[in-house]
Amino acid sequence: MNDNIVEIDNLSFGYGNRQLHKGINMRFPRGKVVAIMGGSGSGKTTILRLIGGQLKPTAGEVRVDGKVVHQQSRQEIYNLRRKMGMLFQFGALFTDLSVFDNVAFPMREHTNLQESVIRDLVLLKLNAVGLRGARDLMPSELSGGMSRRVALARAVALDPAIIMYDEPFAGLDPISMGVIVNLIRNLNDALGATSIVVTHDVHETFAFVDYIYFVSDGVVVAEGTPDDLRNSNLPFVHQFVYGEADGPVPFHYAAPDYRRDLLRSTHA
Amino acid sequence: MLNRMIRFLRGIGHRAIDRIWRLGRAARFFLTTLALSGESLRRIHLVIRETYFTGVLSLIIIVVSALFVGMVLGLQGYNTLQKYGSSDAIGVLVALSLVRELGPVVTALLFAGRAGTAITAEIGLMKATEQLSAMEMMAVNPIARVVAPRFWAGVISMPLLAALFSMIGVFGGYLVAVPLIGVDNGAFWSQMQSSVDFREDIVNGVIKSCVFGVVCTVIALFEGYDAPPTAEGVSHATTRTVVNSSLAVLGLDFVLTSFMLN
Repeated sequence: MNDNIVEIDNLSFGYGNRQLHKGINMRFPRGKVVAIMGGSGSGKTTILRLIGGQLKPTAGEVRVDGKVVHQQSRQEIYNLRRKMGMLFQFGALFTDLSVFDNVAFPMREHTNLQESVIRDLVLLKLNAVGLRGARDLMPSELSGGMSRRVALARAVALDPAIIMYDEPFAGLDPISMGVIVNLIRNLNDALGATSIVVTHDVHETFAFVDYIYFVSDGVVVAEGTPDDLRNSNLPFVHQFVYGEADGPVPFHYAAPDYRRDLLRSTHA
Repeated sequence: MLNRMIRFLRGIGHRAIDRIWRLGRAARFFLTTLALSGESLRRIHLVIRETYFTGVLSLIIIVVSALFVGMVLGLQGYNTLQKYGSSDAIGVLVALSLVRELGPVVTALLFAGRAGTAITAEIGLMKATEQLSAMEMMAVNPIARVVAPRFWAGVISMPLLAALFSMIGVFGGYLVAVPLIGVDNGAFWSQMQSSVDFREDIVNGVIKSCVFGVVCTVIALFEGYDAPPTAEGVSHATTRTVVNSSLAVLGLDFVLTSFMLN
């Protein structure tokens, strides 16, 4: 058995003329929590979609459990996805289903379990995220942190081997953030799964992940354990980790010279 | 000048190609929906739930509109027919107008406004909030789980609603003609009975409403599924649902009628 459950080799991807990724290499060892970090719009989420087979790379490949994702048939991709759970940025709970039915959804779709067994399993998952008492609420009645937790319960409903998190901390208060951090770590270790966390929250992430990839301008600019990166001399990593406004990532979006811009008549 | 012309022509070409692409996507979407319908028909509770939302919840607007359309037909019909001394034929006029044309067409227009917009907005928002994406990542095809049940719900609801519309409309016409104006009760019903043909009038009306049901539902579903995942995108898609469904219904009505009347 291969030690890495997900391997990304020389991956390139882009929309139209815009090249988002230019040859990315990553390894995700079994049992680890790995973070993909980078600025907004650097294509981090797209990497998750490429792993899930929702997008096709323009070059290179993603292998999940040894299988090249984009060469699989639709049915085979669906089979691969049953080994994956994904937490979307804002939960993406089904708004027409209750909390209970949301968590039961993957079980009802993919298993022939009896309703009584499903009930036990759903309560088990909801208990793990601390929301057993909220089972009858509708998604619109939940706070941001709570819906994230319900979505997490739903993502791990079928005990996936890979759990992907898309910006799990976005828009959460510090307490909810701490809760999610603990859940990611504990679920990963309890299920023996591999977690891939896409995020830009340096402080939280450095405290609990095993390995970090930094993505910028379509390539991996740095990688290592949190300790390696904290002591990194690379200007980009330094700017990112310490949150400096200007540096290798410029404050200004590419623009013509400011003085010439101002001097130009208003309607050229 | 030449540049402008070229740009103008290019714009037209671009738009035309865009429209045709969309039409192609819509056709593929429709075929995929049909192909994946088996699964949703096996889990019939999904279809029943959606039939409740599209059909049962449209009942009030259909019933009230039908009553008023029927009553207006009664008033207008009597006004014209009595000039020729044939006010007894009012029952025939009301029934034929409703069963052949107004029932299927007005129901389809109301359906597009009431149920079609709801479908588009719901699916568009499901897309915008990544619910469809989440479903895909759970290895569940959203066309099978979300689109197909709504499609069949619409196809089932429309003929039933149109039939109900015609029935209530006839009753509205009766209310105005017989109790209010004083047309003979027996003449009203017996003339209607002898002049409305089952095959020529009623079945043709049902065929129309089935076709409208497919068209309106597919347009509503496709606009939602194809909408850009933003607030603006969903609002535009909802507008397009009403406009496109209405135009499609009126255009198809002409085509179908011309075939039916030979």
